[in-house]
Amino acid sequence: MMEALFTDYTLRTVALGASLLGVVSGALGGFALLRRQALLGDAISHAALPGIALAFLVTGSKAPLVLVTGAALAGWIGAALIMSVTRRTRVTYDSALGIMLSVFFGFGLVLLTYIQRIPGANQAGLDNFLFGQAAALVEKDVLVILGLGSGALVLLAVFWKEFKVLSFDRAFGATIGLPMKRLDHLLTALFVIAIVIGLQTVGVVLMSAMIIAPGAAARQWTDRLGRMIVLSATFGAVSGLGGALVSSSAHHVPTGPAIVLIVSAIVVVSLLFAPNRGLVWRRIREWRHGRELRVDAVLLDLYALASQHTSSDHPHAERVLNVMSGVSASARPTLRLLELLGLARKIDASRWSLTPEGVERAQRVIERQYGS
Amino acid sequence: MATEKIDAAIDVRDLTVAYGEKPVLWDIDLEVPSGVLMAVVGPNGAGKTTFLKSILGLVRTAAGSVLINGRPYADMRQRVAYVPQRGSVDWDFPTNVLDVVMMGLYGQVGWVRRPGRAERDRALMALDQVGMESFAERQISQLSGGQQQRVFLARALVQDADIYFMDEPFQGVDATTERAIIDLLRALRERGKTVVVVHHDLQTVPEYFDHVMLLNVRRIASGPVGDVFTEEHLRTTYGGRVSFVRAVAAAT
Repeated sequence: MMEALFTDYTLRTVALGASLLGVVSGALGGFALLRRQALLGDAISHAALPGIALAFLVTGSKAPLVLVTGAALAGWIGAALIMSVTRRTRVTYDSALGIMLSVFFGFGLVLLTYIQRIPGANQAGLDNFLFGQAAALVEKDVLVILGLGSGALVLLAVFWKEFKVLSFDRAFGATIGLPMKRLDHLLTALFVIAIVIGLQTVGVVLMSAMIIAPGAAARQWTDRLGRMIVLSATFGAVSGLGGALVSSSAHHVPTGPAIVLIVSAIVVVSLLFAPNRGLVWRRIREWRHGRELRVDAVLLDLYALASQHTSSDHPHAERVLNVMSGVSASARPTLRLLELLGLARKIDASRWSLTPEGVERAQRVIERQYGS
Repeated sequence: MATEKIDAAIDVRDLTVAYGEKPVLWDIDLEVPSGVLMAVVGPNGAGKTTFLKSILGLVRTAAGSVLINGRPYADMRQRVAYVPQRGSVDWDFPTNVLDVVMMGLYGQVGWVRRPGRAERDRALMALDQVGMESFAERQISQLSGGQQQRVFLARALVQDADIYFMDEPFQGVDATTERAIIDLLRALRERGKTVVVVHHDLQTVPEYFDHVMLLNVRRIASGPVGDVFTEEHLRTTYGGRVSFVRAVAAAT
């Protein structure tokens, strides 16, 4: 398959288009995620469907730029309606989002059905917009993705610091004289572009995965905005490319679902294994920390008992330590660990005492916790 | 020479804000002389935060005007710094302390340009003033509440403004931070700055501030603490919670 990438013209077109749209949706999706607008992306992509159908009905053309423009206008209108309904009525944001998404999508489906019944109309291909079909990408499509996508990325870079303030602390941004409202409109417009250029390949139903998932995965790996967006774009490119290749090589596999599977795998790996934030490492850290605390607690118990006697290596019954450690579990596993570390030793079947190293460590712990 | 009236640092006239039909702030007049530390106090829902935000043009006002040093706020934006409530942002945002402080300079850096070495140095100096210089590279999600507050203060300090508006800077901070904020407020006053602080702890008003405004939708009173921070005014501001007011009055 990798060889074909260099020799097969169609495959090369598909690969280029899919990775480009992955970069753009990954980068802008990362911002949407930080602004808690990930679901807005879902609404915009669904709202775009009637725009595509109407653009075809009005112009009779299936030129990529025509359809993308229709999609962008409808998506933008959908987003604007959600905002204005939320602001002006008692309908909450999530309800407005749900309503708008289904109304626009339903309307889009009606229009698609209508178009299919028009005799003689060359409607073939419009239904690809539902689940996406990367194999249908031709050079004209890639040029549109390239043009709009790189424009969006350039603007993202130009207004980088302003978009950062907008996403982190909008009110503050307004007080330092930045036109936050206009910046908000601009970033939302770029977001709409990122969505609509992916629709033909990924499909309106699953486009939100391309918006949300790369950013969510990237956030796990880094605490810097710049790195996060670059990483998110990379994840987007990898999953876009992978999904498109899978769906082009296996016939009748829609690209949207293929991409979603790949990007979901990236998210799962990131959630589990990313350093610092990954669940696995966090569990390991918690476990280590807990063990350290238990070791110190039993060590101090032994030390406290020893200090009641003249010699620090005076042996003490395990039962006493069980009571002192206050946990329902026995102190034995921790005592074993202490023995392993050379801090305590077993005198006989049920009694333990501190080693000189143990005494030293106990004194250090006390100093750290109560001293200085 | 003709005698010229010295402009108040902040001059608010007839300020009215309404959400729907419910007035949140009603016909507020306030003059804040230059170089004072003023507390804005009042019960929950009295409109304290809204008052700051409406001065800063962050909420739509139904009526009223705001002059800063005698000129409209829109012209004086660069002379005014704002410290929002620290709970108003997501502290899990992927950025570090120094970066947040540098945001205070974004308005001065200009479009397209990126903040450079000069901005970095100024941000580090501001962090130094709040005792946070060693936290510059720290991820902001790893800060305690008090440290977050000090980062927000540093972001305002770096703007080198004349007038500072702070929303509940003492809310839920540790003793070290409270001390640091007080020292900072006094240092700002020494340098002739004007500071308006939304404050919730009545007990500390006379100790920390020299001016006070009592607010409950309307302006109940404002002026030097010694003149207006009286049991009667507090009773008017806090309404039925008389026993609470008595306790405070007894303590002051």
